[in-house]
Amino acid sequence: MSTSIQSAIWRPAASEGDARAQPAADSVKLRVEDATKYYHTSTGSVHALESVSFDVRAGEMVCVLGPSGCGKTTLLWSMAGLHPLTSGRILIDGASVTKPHPKVAMMFQEANLLPWRSLIRNIELPFEIKYLKVADHRERIDALLQRVGLAGFDHKYPRELSGGMQQRASIVRSLAVDPSIMLMDEPFGALDAFTRDEMNLLIQRIWMDTGKTIIFITHNIAEAIFLGDRIVVLSPRPGRLSRIFSIDFERPRQLDLVTKPHFIELLVEIKRSIDHSGGKGTSAVD
Amino acid sequence: MDKALQDQIPTFGKSDKAAQEVGLSNWSALTSGPGVRTWLEVAAIALVAVVIVGGAEILLTVFEVPQYILPTPSKIVTALIVDFRFIGPHIVITVEELLAGFAIGGAIGFVLAAVITQFPFVEKIITPYIILLVTTPMLALVPLLILRFGFGSEPRIIAIALAVGPMVMINSATGFRRTDLAKIALARSFGASTLQIFLKIRVPMAMPMIIVGLMVGSIFGLLTAVGAEMVGGAEGLGNRLAYYSSLIRMPQFFAVILVLALIGISIYVLFFWIGKKWASWEA
Repeated sequence: MSTSIQSAIWRPAASEGDARAQPAADSVKLRVEDATKYYHTSTGSVHALESVSFDVRAGEMVCVLGPSGCGKTTLLWSMAGLHPLTSGRILIDGASVTKPHPKVAMMFQEANLLPWRSLIRNIELPFEIKYLKVADHRERIDALLQRVGLAGFDHKYPRELSGGMQQRASIVRSLAVDPSIMLMDEPFGALDAFTRDEMNLLIQRIWMDTGKTIIFITHNIAEAIFLGDRIVVLSPRPGRLSRIFSIDFERPRQLDLVTKPHFIELLVEIKRSIDHSGGKGTSAVD
Repeated sequence: MDKALQDQIPTFGKSDKAAQEVGLSNWSALTSGPGVRTWLEVAAIALVAVVIVGGAEILLTVFEVPQYILPTPSKIVTALIVDFRFIGPHIVITVEELLAGFAIGGAIGFVLAAVITQFPFVEKIITPYIILLVTTPMLALVPLLILRFGFGSEPRIIAIALAVGPMVMINSATGFRRTDLAKIALARSFGASTLQIFLKIRVPMAMPMIIVGLMVGSIFGLLTAVGAEMVGGAEGLGNRLAYYSSLIRMPQFFAVILVLALIGISIYVLFFWIGKKWASWEA
């Protein structure tokens, strides 16, 4: 198994390593430019992000990694158009994001299914909101349900499903509208370790089959290395871009990757870099 | 061994929170708990009912309690059947007034609840008036309303609406305030407009409290209907109560009370089943 590891530091210097870490301009799907965000709360101002900039290439899986307080969720919400940046901007296909983009789907830390609707009605929610006809997409929905292992659970209610099944349902909901970008905010954090491994394999499989651009937030270094083409590391308070690592393990990655020496070396290196930049809350393997 | 622990292992974490929230199926001591499970429990309930009614019959007869104080259950039921043609039309009138006042008061209450939860400033303005309406027994206003609107149904319907409205409003507003930011963020991320979020997220989420509000409002409305009819007007069950008690025809008087109790129970059961259908996801 080829195991070249490269860590590239983001700075505008021309070197071999940088070319790998920063994608070519014409294939950039999503660009973060100088993203800065201040929250105004009742107790004062919170500086969540400071001048974060990086690009995401079409079809890439980028993991955003960092301890709590590094603004990962804030960044993702800005990409989703849910709240505005104080300064800087986010560009999708060259256009600035001011409100939720129709081709972007978001997944949250919990499955976030509506408890008063059955599974299939939950999956139909985005279609209702966007005024699309579900019938046109019926085949894709059925195929997705089949693939995540929820075929036949159409009429179950969320309370009848386990956490893992609910999160799978929300994967189907996100993919059913055929987005080109998926934003995932620690979607497997609430699941137990076994289920999380399964879900990581599932996401990798889906990503490899569909070629979507995925931005995946996690605080779990092993998960980030397993899933990502590149890892964007943010340091906390305020959230700043710390480093970008390029991950070159070949695909599809198997679960036993986490036991390989090169994987462990990379994990240790990433952890050390996070600890140095002030983040004490990152877990290596959770 | 503790019976409560025997059937379930508690799950720690977020799922517990939902079980504690007040919803239609656990909002009072009357409706909490697993409910009737075996024929034995049904038999026990029936037995107690028989004991109470039969016991009342026996005790009232044995102690020769005069009929003008408290008639025996058998006399009450007999009076209801024999005099039904005198009582029946008034049932219709009372129920019609209740429905009309409930529809008006409930609709206004619901709309107001939606408005004040969207615009917090409006809430600050109208809260004092709402509290005034809740604390003032509407019966006291009926004579004034009769002066203005005459002796027909209108004053009573208005009084009923004024009694129902605040109840529906307060409970619905409580329901709307239970925002779940995650669900709203979810809908927004798909591009939902504010109206879509209201209809698809806020209203279903508030539904248990809305139904509680409707149920409590309708009971208040029934009380106000009967009271208003007693105070003024020539028709309705409240009027019958005043009529029979003035003639000291107590079996008929209590027969009307029995009818009112049955109406109240029907309202309760109706909303309980509505809640089961529309709000059971909370259970």
